[in-house]
Amino acid sequence: MGSMKDKTAIIGVGCTKFGEQWEKDAEDLIVEAAYEAMDDAGITPDDIEATWVGNLYDFTGLSGSVAAEPLKLFGRPTTRVENFCASGMDAFRNACFAVASGAYDVVLACGVEKLMDVGGSGLPVDMGHPVFRGSSAPGMFALAATRSFHEHGWDREDLARVAVKNHKNGAQHSKAHFQREITLETALNAPMIAWPLGRFDACAMSDGAAAVVITRPEIAKKSKHKHDHALTKASVLSMDVFLPMYREAYDWLGFPATENAARQAYAEAGIKNPAEEIDLAEVHDCFTITELLNIQDLGFCERGEAAKFVREGYADVGGKVAINASGGLKCFGHPIGATGCRMLCEITKQLQGRADGAQVENARLGMAHNLGGPGSVCAVTILGLPE
Amino acid sequence: MAKIASFGAYIPLFRLSRQEMASAWGVPAVPGERSVANADEDSLTMAVAAGADCLTGLDPTTIDGLYFATTTSPYDEKQCAGVIAAALDMGRDINTADFTGSLRAASTALRAAVDAVDSGSAGSILVVAADCRLGEPESMWEQLLGDGAGAILISKRGPATLRGFESTSGEQLGFWRRSEDRYIRSFEPKVETKYGYLKSAVEAGKALLDHENLAPGDLANAIITAGDPGSQGKVARSLGLDAAKLQDMLFMSVGNPGSPLVLMMLAGALEQAKAGDKLLVVNHGDGADAFLVDLDDDFAPVIGRKGLTGHLLQKRNLPNYTSYARFRKLMKVTDVDPRGSAVTYWRDIKVVLNFHAGRCTSCGAVLYPIPRVCGECGTKDEIEEIKLAKTGTVFTFTLDHLEDGKYVNVPVPRLVLDLEGGGRLFLSMTDGDPEEVEIGMSAEVVFRRLHEASSFHNYYWKCRPVPQAAS
Repeated sequence: MGSMKDKTAIIGVGCTKFGEQWEKDAEDLIVEAAYEAMDDAGITPDDIEATWVGNLYDFTGLSGSVAAEPLKLFGRPTTRVENFCASGMDAFRNACFAVASGAYDVVLACGVEKLMDVGGSGLPVDMGHPVFRGSSAPGMFALAATRSFHEHGWDREDLARVAVKNHKNGAQHSKAHFQREITLETALNAPMIAWPLGRFDACAMSDGAAAVVITRPEIAKKSKHKHDHALTKASVLSMDVFLPMYREAYDWLGFPATENAARQAYAEAGIKNPAEEIDLAEVHDCFTITELLNIQDLGFCERGEAAKFVREGYADVGGKVAINASGGLKCFGHPIGATGCRMLCEITKQLQGRADGAQVENARLGMAHNLGGPGSVCAVTILGLPE
Repeated sequence: MAKIASFGAYIPLFRLSRQEMASAWGVPAVPGERSVANADEDSLTMAVAAGADCLTGLDPTTIDGLYFATTTSPYDEKQCAGVIAAALDMGRDINTADFTGSLRAASTALRAAVDAVDSGSAGSILVVAADCRLGEPESMWEQLLGDGAGAILISKRGPATLRGFESTSGEQLGFWRRSEDRYIRSFEPKVETKYGYLKSAVEAGKALLDHENLAPGDLANAIITAGDPGSQGKVARSLGLDAAKLQDMLFMSVGNPGSPLVLMMLAGALEQAKAGDKLLVVNHGDGADAFLVDLDDDFAPVIGRKGLTGHLLQKRNLPNYTSYARFRKLMKVTDVDPRGSAVTYWRDIKVVLNFHAGRCTSCGAVLYPIPRVCGECGTKDEIEEIKLAKTGTVFTFTLDHLEDGKYVNVPVPRLVLDLEGGGRLFLSMTDGDPEEVEIGMSAEVVFRRLHEASSFHNYYWKCRPVPQAAS
């Protein structure tokens, strides 16, 4: 199998404020994010040769027009990518393949979601079939929390520490959904959503968009970011079972999708010891339990050790691996289709030393990670600065 | 001669004291308590439960037919017997029919089943009856009614002979519900009792005793259905029966469940009956039916069958009238808007109703829902269909406050269950307290109504903690 390592580079990033954007529609959001990314890259819409857009709920049925229509990118291809919560990062991955193939020089990967217009509490998950009905999204991930409590002796305080850490980071980020720190007590006393997950164990429903401009490294070297573009060290995606609740072999103590994607990404990037080599990671934390399990599945610590990893500060900015320096999905928000690209924006800016929030010192190698469905898909991207 | 091969019953887990109902309205209380079907139960789901109880230890695919009796069919147009038969996994080469419209429907169905077996057109027929009738709020009916189901398996072979049917037709507007009525209506109950119930019940009972040359003393037990104990006593006296030989009409423990009462009382009587006993059965409703049950032999005990007594013993008390009002949807709340498809419901009947899974013949994995390609070893189309067990233990769970996008104060437990004999399922829990759920808890799988998406009854399986007999 070939490798994506150093075959593409990000030369421009853009991201809207995440949150309840009542007065803006998806057009406003995607235009803001895409133009910010193009400005950052020093290019115009005419330079974009092809576009991939991640989007899950809002515009199903609008297809490529999700991005092509608001940005008026006519006469060129736009492909809408849907892959659960990894939709945005899968848009990026597909864009990278197109650039690496030599078919295009400059492309746009973006994502947008306008969840607040959908209404209701929580994500719509009803598939119209009793077997696939399952439960709410927090209910699915709560199954893993219950099992982890049972096997590892973790408790709700271990979960709450993740929320406290991510709120501490997000409070410093001007584009995060929430702009405040929380205490352990606040998290623990919040109303239950799906036991053992309470309100502060869940990311919020947010609106937002994010975009990145991708090109080949030789072009990047002549771009506005000639010295500080972000090289793709790995970009992988791994699918797993859609309905783990029905699988007897599923232990609910981790996500095989993340383990598989991480293994492939480390092989592609040539990473031997992720906890030592990776400076920061945007880790999918749709729920606090998800972050804990993903920290293990990504190899930052052993199974059963993630609660301790967070408790002892290894996941803090300034710790061993800064996990979710942006505030993560928990505090930054999670407009599904936008999240993957938002993480890539965050990692790129961190590597460039111009983070909007808490800056990780001397960051050279960063990771972005999405887990989608109840563990049905995982996308991992590793970005690094040029030598 | 048609025989009774097995019997079964079902009573919803919940009971409500009549005092609670009376207090809610400030009206006099009738003594005792009544059973209350959960919000996700109806006549059809209760019939499935009673049918399953009756078929404990038997192969459902060996039975030739299923007759369903009810006055509260979930459908005006659509047969319910077929749905019940599918949920009981009885196979497709069977005769199914619904008997409705009268509180006497269960004995009408029983007579039709006996006739079919006696004539040789069927070897065995399962008769199930269930009702979930509504009394008008604040009326005495609310207190007097109960919910429940009964089942009798009529067959060529069995320990008891069922014979001697006598019927009377008595047209009188006693109690009724028009198609647009939600609650039971009556004009003057005294007239119905005196000239309707008492007259026809006594006529049918007397005719039977006369034709069989039986004296009241020849009977071990009499199963006489009635709306209230006083009326039952009058029929017994008119027939010369000793009150001590009357089978309990469940007035204090269940309430009047309507059409299934005769099958539930018969099940209760058969639990006690001994070889040589003769039982008189008199059932009423727009006339009356009477028949005789001869115990040729003792019924052998069946492990796992709860019958009437088992179901009477397992119960949970509802705290107040509000729970009853919520279960019966007496108060209008905002409808949720789930999705449903009659096409997928039909296409996936093996999973949705028959409760089958797949087993990979290559690697042995039990797979649910049934896939084309094995999720464990990747082998294509080597999946055999198997029946899943209805009991299991909790592997993991959540207590979910989100139901169809709506926040609910009492969470719905969602359980990942490892079923006995293999297979893992993810089911919502009902009939239980969220507080009691823990990893390793035993649960049983029950057939319930999920929702009304696309304007049809979306039935599927849930689970509940294995009920314990109340001490």
